[in-house]
Amino acid sequence: MRIGIVCPYAWDVPGGVQFHVRDLADHLLRLGHEVSVLAPADDDTPLPPYVVSAGRAVPVPYNGSVARLNFGFLSAARVRRWLHDGRFDVLHIHEPATPSLSLLACWSASGPIVATFHTSNPRSRAMIAAYPILQPALEKIRARVAVSEYARRTLVEHLGGDAVVIPNGVDVSFFADAEPDPRWTGGAPAGEPGTIGFIGRINEPRKGLPTLLAALPAILAARPGVRLLVAGRGDEEEALEGVPDEVRGQIEFLGMVSDEEKARLLRSVDLYVAPNTGGESFGIILVEAMSAGAPVLASDLDAFRQVLDGGGAGELFPVEDADALATAAVRLLGDPARLAGLREAASRHVRRFDWETVGADILAVYETVAAGAAAVEEDERSGWLGRLGLARD
Amino acid sequence: MSTWIWVALAVVAVGLYLSWTAGRLDRLHYRIDAARAALDAQLVRRSSVSQELATSALLDPAASIVLYQASHAARQADPEHRELAESELSQALRAVFAEPEQVAALRAAPGGEEVLRDLAAAARRVPMARRFHNDAVRATRAVRRHRIVRYLRLAGHAPFPMAFEMDDEVPAVLTPEGASQ
Repeated sequence: MRIGIVCPYAWDVPGGVQFHVRDLADHLLRLGHEVSVLAPADDDTPLPPYVVSAGRAVPVPYNGSVARLNFGFLSAARVRRWLHDGRFDVLHIHEPATPSLSLLACWSASGPIVATFHTSNPRSRAMIAAYPILQPALEKIRARVAVSEYARRTLVEHLGGDAVVIPNGVDVSFFADAEPDPRWTGGAPAGEPGTIGFIGRINEPRKGLPTLLAALPAILAARPGVRLLVAGRGDEEEALEGVPDEVRGQIEFLGMVSDEEKARLLRSVDLYVAPNTGGESFGIILVEAMSAGAPVLASDLDAFRQVLDGGGAGELFPVEDADALATAAVRLLGDPARLAGLREAASRHVRRFDWETVGADILAVYETVAAGAAAVEEDERSGWLGRLGLARD
Repeated sequence: MSTWIWVALAVVAVGLYLSWTAGRLDRLHYRIDAARAALDAQLVRRSSVSQELATSALLDPAASIVLYQASHAARQADPEHRELAESELSQALRAVFAEPEQVAALRAAPGGEEVLRDLAAAARRVPMARRFHNDAVRATRAVRRHRIVRYLRLAGHAPFPMAFEMDDEVPAVLTPEGASQ
């Protein structure tokens, strides 16, 4: 099958959607499909052979933050050329409802189009205003995929219609087979104090590090010697503001970590804590932690509860409740049987998220929309130019 | 004079808008047809595999008869009773595969693994295809409800699209969540 994938965010900036597109493309290539990915990238960025650059993304203020987006005449021309050269059986676009490459691709293509909705943004004013403009483009999508039940609900509320839920994929064996690193193991099952892991940007309040730091004194009071290992970009001093010195000594900042180090870190820690305060539609890091066999303690967000199988594959605590977090962490670290039980439940549950399963589901969607349909084509620019014979060939 | 130019421009603009809307509707109707054909293919595939399993002697006689009856009815149903017959096939499948032990026994039998894989693939694609179909129906209805589309009959002779409603819940043991329990 010839598959074209559009990634709306800059290829050289790490992010959930980019990683998902990369892993999906790798998986499909391994299965012998022809894959081409169109993504924004600087001209001097080294790209894998299957990625086609759509030009540089421009930073624009959008929806409360600065987004790097592609739009305008040149980007549209590149999208059309890519569609024309690719002759795809299926076009798979990601995040089509943002003003980006994906929307342009949706606008200029016709045929079997699949779209994955990743985020569950609250409805923005721009979206409401743009709805009549957006609708004709979005109604070309033959199959909608949401990454979680939560994302699906938002999609149905905002755009109507329905979507199938296919979660983001994780290479489970990559995490399950990583070697634990003795520097990071805490030995909680053997009665030692134990280690707690946290991965995420440390100055981003939504990732919830402040909640975890607020809970740390109580955890240390109950279990002196517990170490907190923090991996992620950001300013350490800013994050530690107001944290007592004796607590600081128990925190290690690892900075940005590579994928291998991340897997080893997750394999090593006795407890992985995800204290996020909101804005999550999936929670891939929880699946990675579960794959590595790290017991998970996460805040009770809709998306997290779903990933954790309603609490069966990991424990939940009320969002931003540092006391509840501390109580749960102390109880878990002191209960080797419960930790082992969580590991066991998690390793069964993550099979749902393995690329084998997720990739098969995505291919099933491709086959459903592509069966018997013509290949993806450039759209005859809404008809009238074509009808008057003026369309560019 | 200039009034006439404006009138002419307005007429052209309205004409373009109508032509564009008609094109949009045309594409939506095509999308429904494609989605309906895909749904049809998945339903037929599911009932064929079910029938194959029912006649394979891999199941016990009682389960075989239940499954044969339901899959036969689903294949023979006329359009009016199709939704009901397909729902009954879903229920029959859920009844036959109510216990994980049934799957384990089937897997152990020679040839059972393949049938099971085909059945799981077919059963899981039915809800997908149905959602895509009903999504297309909804999008088309939204456009066809516009006053201008109704008054000017831009939809032509295309029948008003109907959603396909059925019980398509997959037996738990055939889903990835259930298979890992």
